[in-house]
Amino acid sequence: MSNIRKAFENGKACIPFITCGDPSLSATEKIIRAAAENGADLIELGIPFSDPTAEGPVIQASNIRALDKGVTTDKIFEMVRSLRRDVSVPMVFMTYANVIFSYGAERFISACEEIGIDGLLVPDLPFEEKEEFLPVCRDKGVALLSVIASNSSDRTAMIAKEAEGFICITAPEAGSCTGKELVSLIAEIRKHTDVPCAISAGITTAEQAAAMSALSDGVITDSEIIRIIEKQNADAPRFVAEYIRETKTSLSALE
Amino acid sequence: MTNPKGRFGIHGGQYIPEILMNAVIELEKAYAYYKDDASFNQELTALFNEYAGRPSRLYYAEKMTKDLGGAKIYLKREDLNHTGSHKINNVLGQALLAKKMGKTRLIAETGAGQHGVATATAATLMGMECVVFMGEEDTRRQALNVYRMKLLGAEVVPVTSGTATLKDAVSEAMREWTKRIDDTHYCLGSVMGPHPFPTIVRDFQSVISREIRQQILEKEGRLPDAVLACVGGGSNAIGSFYHFIEDKTVALIGCEAAGRGIDTFETAATVNTGRVGIFHGMKSYFCQDKYGQIAPVYSISAGLDYPGVGPEHANLHDMGRAQYVPVTDEEAVCAFEYLSRTEGIIPAIESAHAVAHAMKLAPTMDRDKILVITISGRGDKDCAQIARYRGEEIYE
Repeated sequence: MSNIRKAFENGKACIPFITCGDPSLSATEKIIRAAAENGADLIELGIPFSDPTAEGPVIQASNIRALDKGVTTDKIFEMVRSLRRDVSVPMVFMTYANVIFSYGAERFISACEEIGIDGLLVPDLPFEEKEEFLPVCRDKGVALLSVIASNSSDRTAMIAKEAEGFICITAPEAGSCTGKELVSLIAEIRKHTDVPCAISAGITTAEQAAAMSALSDGVITDSEIIRIIEKQNADAPRFVAEYIRETKTSLSALE
Repeated sequence: MTNPKGRFGIHGGQYIPEILMNAVIELEKAYAYYKDDASFNQELTALFNEYAGRPSRLYYAEKMTKDLGGAKIYLKREDLNHTGSHKINNVLGQALLAKKMGKTRLIAETGAGQHGVATATAATLMGMECVVFMGEEDTRRQALNVYRMKLLGAEVVPVTSGTATLKDAVSEAMREWTKRIDDTHYCLGSVMGPHPFPTIVRDFQSVISREIRQQILEKEGRLPDAVLACVGGGSNAIGSFYHFIEDKTVALIGCEAAGRGIDTFETAATVNTGRVGIFHGMKSYFCQDKYGQIAPVYSISAGLDYPGVGPEHANLHDMGRAQYVPVTDEEAVCAFEYLSRTEGIIPAIESAHAVAHAMKLAPTMDRDKILVITISGRGDKDCAQIARYRGEEIYE
């Protein structure tokens, strides 16, 4: 069984998103450990990009803070390599196409395999362009994750049929689509694949996470963790741990 | 020049979030239908001629020609169009297309403000809502255009993210589009972004080279030896080049904004200093660091202050069909002053980049050679800034 699959074996998956290097890589390392020890089933690590066109203001600012502190792709690879000595939680990278392309797809994805990254989520790489990285991902055994949006409509089947790892379900804005719409979207996906679905749609509170995960196989929590990190600084690992524990507890209550 | 997936050689494509895919597919289908539709084209031609004032003049710059003592110089006067630049060509086309698609709201990015003004104008004309995203830095550099847009009934949103210039305005307009696709068309201002934008914008701007070709054949009975235009994203340049691409005797020269020089970090000369990357929906050349982070670019001209270039230009460069040359701030300002004093034509600082290169090139060419420079816009908007550049404080 793939590492990503395992993340969905322990009830509804709790998937925190963390920007690497905000406020520093040593802080990120502590936060990842805290998340892993407190119920995170899979961790999405953001490699910052100067112009994250698909993000809202909170994550944009987080990307810029990290880059201002001098974080680079190589330094992030080093951090993950060192974490992997004792942290076994599945991890995927979330980053923009140019970060991978400019590093060299072959070189970037080989590094992912080597340091133990299980998948890649590239928000500006739709189905039509996935050949850019898919052959190397297949070769190296790194899952190239798919995104299905609440407005994907007749594209849903095509994307679902070829999905790998897990499917990230997004909506234009928090609250822009109803639970009923998500239920029918996931039902449509289920006709074509059994790859797990995680909802990423501006989830903030543990209650929202529970409601969203009731419809799917897991939830990706992003901006709230970034806000906690921005506010708590040195204390962030403790507060993130608490947030993840609460979220995972509310997800578990659904079982 | 494009294949069905919107590729120009290796460049172009559709590198955008899934959330936008259905929007660009809808646009692609609508454009495929209307581009050959007789009544759409009739309506567009009527708007071009009756509203925008086309065809624009191809003017023989006799004094400049004599002064430089080389090739015969013609100016393609896009500055004489309604709203003062070539931007109106693309905007009238896209606004009409959006209207046919049932959209009621236009959003746009703008750098110098010329595309924003053109979009606000077309929106007013066609009874549509309009929101323009403009880098906060640019709202200061181009305060007059901000006022023009507001006067025309548009909402202007200052963008504070990133470097607060054109690239950030594009990012913000894309984000806004993801939130409201149903009633909104993103009226992209240059030959960039995801397919089908580079093709749509090129087609609407290609009226420039269609006219140059016809006008120069009437005046000289032959094709020009070189066509020069400034390049940021590259819409006036591709418009000026398009109908000459197959004529290998016509040199196509794009003039990039080198800012303080291509050996400095304060430059926006993408083809000269960038490398291939993926950004804003397309594969093309971008100014970027070793890790693919998009570089903060610089030029005195807000309209050329963009870290990328349209994918068709990237391909023309790869094929060696067009040449892309750097022009510094200082050279552009000198050309701005030169054209004003020689021909009585104040060009946009963007267009002055093309004039500057022509000033170097023309004297090296024989007198029986013909050179066409596209004056993409008028320079009134730049006067206060150039005065300041020369150390003269004036109040707008």
